[in-house]
Amino acid sequence: MTPGWRLAAVLRDPGRTEHFSARQWTELFAVARAEQMAGTLAHRLDGLDLHPTVQRLVDDAIASAGQVRLAALWEAEMARRALAPLGVPVVLLKGTAFAAAGLSPSLGRNIGDLDILVPRERMDEVEAALLAAGWEWVKPDPYDDAYYRRWMHELPPLIHRERDRMIDVHHTILPLTARIRPDAGALLADSEPLENGLRTLSRTDLLVHAVAHLLADGDLAGGMRNLWDFHCLVQDGGTMGLAERARHHGLGREMARAGRLSHALYGTEVPFEWQALKPLDHLYLRRLTARDGWGRQGRRLTRLGFYVRSHWLRMPPLMLARHLWTKYRKGYRPVG
Amino acid sequence: MRHVAHLGIGPVGFRIGSDWRGPIAQLETLYRDYPKPSIPDFSVHLFAARPWRKYLRPSVMIGGDYTIPDAAPLPLAQGLLAAEMGMNLQMALAQRRYLLLHASAVERDGKAVLMTGISGAGKSTLAALLMARGWRLMGDEFVLIDPATGLAHGFPRLISLKNQAIAVAQAAMPEGRFGPLLPGTPKGDIRHLVPDARAIRAMAEPAQPALLLFPRFGFDAAERPVPPSEAFVRLTQSSTNYVHLAERGFDALTRLVQSVPARAIDYPDTDSGIALVEALA
Repeated sequence: MTPGWRLAAVLRDPGRTEHFSARQWTELFAVARAEQMAGTLAHRLDGLDLHPTVQRLVDDAIASAGQVRLAALWEAEMARRALAPLGVPVVLLKGTAFAAAGLSPSLGRNIGDLDILVPRERMDEVEAALLAAGWEWVKPDPYDDAYYRRWMHELPPLIHRERDRMIDVHHTILPLTARIRPDAGALLADSEPLENGLRTLSRTDLLVHAVAHLLADGDLAGGMRNLWDFHCLVQDGGTMGLAERARHHGLGREMARAGRLSHALYGTEVPFEWQALKPLDHLYLRRLTARDGWGRQGRRLTRLGFYVRSHWLRMPPLMLARHLWTKYRKGYRPVG
Repeated sequence: MRHVAHLGIGPVGFRIGSDWRGPIAQLETLYRDYPKPSIPDFSVHLFAARPWRKYLRPSVMIGGDYTIPDAAPLPLAQGLLAAEMGMNLQMALAQRRYLLLHASAVERDGKAVLMTGISGAGKSTLAALLMARGWRLMGDEFVLIDPATGLAHGFPRLISLKNQAIAVAQAAMPEGRFGPLLPGTPKGDIRHLVPDARAIRAMAEPAQPALLLFPRFGFDAAERPVPPSEAFVRLTQSSTNYVHLAERGFDALTRLVQSVPARAIDYPDTDSGIALVEALA
C-alpha cells in the first residue's frame, strides 16, 4: 500500500493505525500535511490510544485547525460588514461555508482564501465595496487581470492590506470558457440563509460545487481533500436528489465519477450504480494518491496528463494554445 | 530518500532525508550526541531539482512538510546549511505549540537570559562565548515560550557562526567541535559550532525567563531600560508565529514583557558585550 492510499485508509478507518510502525506514522503525517489534511487526520485519530509523540502531533494539529477556523469565520464577518450596505445576497463557498454551517467536512479542515458567490450583475458594486473596505489587487500582470475579467468565474483575487487574507469573488462555479455551464441563478435562488445574514448553497448544490471543483476544473491537485469534503457531505445528508440536481447543472457524469471515487477511496455509502469503478477511474485514483512517504508528488506523467486535461476542460483548443504560449513566454512551467 | 537522519533538538524532533550522502554524514557527525526520536515532528528533505543535477553541478533544493515557494537552491558543498535552513523553516512556518522568538538564550541557576536583535547584532556570538564561560546554552536561533507555563524551552541546534565571529569563537574555545567552513553562503562565511555536552544533556529542561536583552554590536558601550510596551512591539517583530497563535500568543508575550525586565545594550567588542551581559544578569 502506498503512503497516499494509506492516508485514505486511515481517514476511512482510524483503527488501522493500531499496529503502525514509527515509519508509517511519520509518512502518514508527511502525506497528510502535503495534502493539507493534517487537521482532518488529527480529528479522526483523536480519542484513540496513541503514542505520546503522535498524541502531541494530533493536539497541535487540532489546535492549529481551530485557529484557522476562527480566522476564516472572522474574515467572512469582515466581508459581511463590507457588503451589508449593498443588500446583495452573499453565499459563502467551500471551507468557510462548511465551518459557518457546522458541516462535518469542516472538522480540522484547512481553510485558505475566503470564497464567496454573488450575482454576476452586482459584481461591480461588490468589487467597489471591497476596494473601499481595504482589499487590494494581487495580480499585477495585465494579461492575468484581463484574462480573469473576461473568461473566469471570479474576479481576480483581492487581498486585504491589513489582514493579509485573500478573497475570491465568484459569480458562478466554473470558468465561462468551460464546456459545462452550471446554472448560477439556481445556485443563488436555492441558497440558504445563515443566522448572520450570509448564505450557503443548498445541500445538493454544496455537493455539486465540490464535484465541479474536483472533477470539472483544475488538475486534481489537493484532490484527496476535495474528495473528503464530498465524502463528508454525503455522510451528512445522503445522496437523495443528487444525481438529478447534478444533471440540471450539466455535471451528471462528474457527480457519478465523484461518487465512485469516493466510494473506492473512503468507503462512502453511495447508490449501487456508483459502487463499481469504470476503467478510467483508476487513472484518477492514481493521480489522487500520488504522494510518497515524504509527501512528494510522484507520477509526473499522470500529473502532466491531468494538467493538460484541466486546460482542455477549461477552454477551446485554439484559445488553449494561445493561453499556454503566452504563459510559457512569461516563464511559467507546469509540473515543477 | 536514499539517506536519512533523525534528530531531536530541544522538544522538537526532525527527520532529514537527502539525495546525497554528504549532508547526512555531516549531520550525523555533528549531532552524534543528540537523541534520535523515531517519530519526528517535522520532515525536511534535500533533493536535486532535476535528476541529473544530483551529479552534474549538484545543487540542493530544500523541501519539507512546510516550504516557501521559489526558495533558491544551495551548492552541495553547503548541504549542511541547507539542512539547518530546512529545519528552521519548519519551525518558523509551522511551530504552533510554543511562541517562537528569534533569539538566542543562555541559562544559569534556572534563570534564562534571552537575547534578540537583527542579524549581525551578535546573538549567536554572545551565546557561544557565554557558553564558553560556563553558562548553559539554550539556543542561538529560536527560544520557545510555552504559553501554558511562561517557561522558555531551549532549541540548541548547531551554533551558526558568521564571518569574524568564527575566529573569535575558535580563540575562546580551542577545544570546541566545529563543522566544516562554508565560504560564500548567502550570509557570508559560516561555520557551525556544536553546543557543549552540558547544553545537549540539559536541552529538555525549560528555564524561567529572567532577563530580555536587545544587543547591538559596533557601538560605544551603553545600556538603557526598555519599557514593556517597546519590548512587546520588538518581540512581535522577532516572532515568526505570533500572529498565528492569536490570543495565546498575545497572552504569552504580554506575560513575558510584564514579568521580565528588558535592557537594550550597545557594545563595541565582544569582551565588553560579555561584561555587560554578566553585569546585568
